[in-house]
Amino acid sequence: MATFTLQVFRGDATGGGFKDYRVDAEDGMVVLDLVHRIQATQAPDLACRWNCKAGKCGSCSAEVNGKPQLMCMTRMNLFEPGSTISIAPLRTFPIIRDLVTDVSYNYEKAKSVPPLRLRPPDADGKYRMWQEDIDRIQEFHNCIECFLCQDVCHVIRDHDEKKKAFAGPRLFIKIAGLDMHPLDNRDRRAFVKDSAGIGLCNITKCCTEVCPEHIHITDNGIIPMKERMADEFFDPVVWLLRKFRGQKATRTA
Amino acid sequence: MATAEYETHEHDVLIIGAGGAGLRAAIEAAAQGVSVGLVCKSLLGKAHTVMAEGGIAAALGNVWPEDTWQVHFRDTMRGGKMLNNWRMAQLHAQEAPDRVLELERWGALFDRTKDGLILQRDFGGHRYARLAHVGDRTGLEMIRTLQYHAIHQGIDVYMECKIERLIKDGDRVAGAFGYWRNTGKFVLFKAKAVVIATGGIGKAWKFTSNSWEYTGDGHSLALWAGADLIDMEFVQFHPTGMVWPPSVRGILVTEGVRGDGGTLKNSKGERFMFKYIPEFFRSETADTEAEADRWYEDKKNNRRTPDLLPRDEVARAINSELKAGRGSPHGGVFLDINTRRPADYVRKRLPSMYHQFKELADVDITREPMEVGPTCHYVMGGVRVDADTTAGTVKGLFAAGESAGGMHGSNRLGGNSLSDLLVFGRRAGLYAALYAKDFGGQLTVSSAEVESLARESLEPFSRSGGENPYAVQAALQDVMQNLVGLIRNQTELQDALVKIEGLKERANKVRVEGGRAYNPGWHTALDLRSLLTVAECSARAALERRESRGGHTREDYPQLDPEWAKVNVVLRLKNGSITGSREPLPQMPDDLRKLFEDRQ
Repeated sequence: MATFTLQVFRGDATGGGFKDYRVDAEDGMVVLDLVHRIQATQAPDLACRWNCKAGKCGSCSAEVNGKPQLMCMTRMNLFEPGSTISIAPLRTFPIIRDLVTDVSYNYEKAKSVPPLRLRPPDADGKYRMWQEDIDRIQEFHNCIECFLCQDVCHVIRDHDEKKKAFAGPRLFIKIAGLDMHPLDNRDRRAFVKDSAGIGLCNITKCCTEVCPEHIHITDNGIIPMKERMADEFFDPVVWLLRKFRGQKATRTA
Repeated sequence: MATAEYETHEHDVLIIGAGGAGLRAAIEAAAQGVSVGLVCKSLLGKAHTVMAEGGIAAALGNVWPEDTWQVHFRDTMRGGKMLNNWRMAQLHAQEAPDRVLELERWGALFDRTKDGLILQRDFGGHRYARLAHVGDRTGLEMIRTLQYHAIHQGIDVYMECKIERLIKDGDRVAGAFGYWRNTGKFVLFKAKAVVIATGGIGKAWKFTSNSWEYTGDGHSLALWAGADLIDMEFVQFHPTGMVWPPSVRGILVTEGVRGDGGTLKNSKGERFMFKYIPEFFRSETADTEAEADRWYEDKKNNRRTPDLLPRDEVARAINSELKAGRGSPHGGVFLDINTRRPADYVRKRLPSMYHQFKELADVDITREPMEVGPTCHYVMGGVRVDADTTAGTVKGLFAAGESAGGMHGSNRLGGNSLSDLLVFGRRAGLYAALYAKDFGGQLTVSSAEVESLARESLEPFSRSGGENPYAVQAALQDVMQNLVGLIRNQTELQDALVKIEGLKERANKVRVEGGRAYNPGWHTALDLRSLLTVAECSARAALERRESRGGHTREDYPQLDPEWAKVNVVLRLKNGSITGSREPLPQMPDDLRKLFEDRQ
């Protein structure tokens, strides 16, 4: 058993600061266990979100020693016994209270994504898909919506004015998953360019680095999407052909 | 009028709970053209369904063309030791395939067969490989698919909102009253129909796979509103929860491990399940290791391994091994998949189990066995409903999923929960919408009732001297774990009821600090009311049923009793007290009864 000092942010939109709690950690414990221990013994009103405690629901995101991560998957044996650990709410989202932030931005953006539009089934009425065609999309479907990628994305974190026309990495892989879906036949290119703002991403891969599911957000999701956009809107050959034929850049969905 | 001071929303159908059942109900109700409100305690997409691992049971026949709804029906009834509501089990088996295919059309990507169809995996108690799945994260795929489908259907979603009580107008349900967790402010919903889809009660036990949300809210809301609950004595202890380290004790290890080739062993290295094959399943279970081993490759000519007996049987067997001193170092038994399956296979089929053990327990399951033991997982009992319409015994009240009773009898088969959510979630949404459409007249809500609820909910702030609500919650979890666990007896159950009475007193005196905005201490204090209610329901029903069946084992009545096979224990509120009675089970028609005579 070791004793740690947890510096936990306490406060709300009107202000606040870090408060120290001395907490014992037993073998195998994670940061979330210590937060629960503070709730049960020292500060019952300490606000934090959690559900599954096994890295499956993405509720307990926080910035632990400045690093965005899931508290339920951050083992205490990563830290020097006796050390001081800071726990802060996700900085990008407006604070509600203590470790709880207002993540409604992500839910609003999710609503704007044009949903799956189903292609007709095979002649016998069944839909067939091949495992190799869906492996990549199943990777995107591992997303637990912890919004850590949204938290570290520079566009969302530092450019409030751009958030209106920017969906962020979570939704980029959602869109990529729909675009690559074997049963989908919707064209989302105009949406991806104008409403989701894929062009604003400068592929620093911060999102990929913090993903607790280890999804290759940038390499497998964002870059292929950017390439498709480049082919569509910026390929000089396509541009010339279109000029001659008098076609518009994008079909409407 | 006093209610005007509370934020008020009106809907034709109000759905409480946004897991698989609630989301599916909301989608169906919205499709009927009525106004739908969907309330959830957490953020959308975080409900317990997200943690489901193994798969959705449905007789699609993609792997075994021999599989039909009749076989699924038969497996389900036998798994529940014939106490299931036969009509629910029939509808479930008949409609599950359509519900799975519908999910696929909404974007779900299940693992595929070589022919490009939905792959199905073996699970306990299912005669054929039947579970549509995505590795071991099927629940995530299901909830995300439903969530992203639902957000385009014009449903009003109220996130992080907790319902404290249903409001009645005369003898019918007229809405619900609760609070926003973010602000602590009260909110009133007026609705013609209310669907309970709040999941289970597992947080009343100490070692559980269930999250903080599982405090029996819907069970209690229904009971307090005058509805009947049935089968509350049947609580499923999943045989394989993690046992070490202590902070993760109880977290689920999917049955898919055994479905995909994992075997249970004791400290002597024995595959002990062969010693625990009950008469009821003897003819369909392999009795030698050689036959069980052959079954993995040739299912036609061999009987299935006893590692895949229904969950109640396996949990009891593990318990007996532990009692006999043949447990693993941390008080579980060994679950070994690495000797049968190569590392790549394990990582592909069971990625989150691999991740979970590696990150949380420093165990590499591709090289060494897991240590597992029983964990409180699921309640078979719930709101007594009409099989076809999911209507409760109070007008305007509907229930689906884990909060509804009857479908699973005394024990649920793995994989039958996700399919239950889809089949009866849809039915609840449909029939609640039809009820709302037929509804004539106006709803009136008594402002005095709302006022008194609001006052009562705020009491913990003004008390002085009372204890911390977390202490009462922990004390209750100890009582249920020790006295209403996997194996029960009369003395301990009576003791549990006495102790629960004492805890009610303590709960009435808890004090909370701080303000109303996002205050988990206050939320815990309020949740204690439902948690204590369902704990009492479970203990009371367990005391009533003097036999052992499925998820209810009495060491003082260790046998199945044919007389008890004919009745449900029904609980209802009488003058403020929970009372139990025995009422006859619905009778299965002869054509279905035949299914149990034809084979074996």
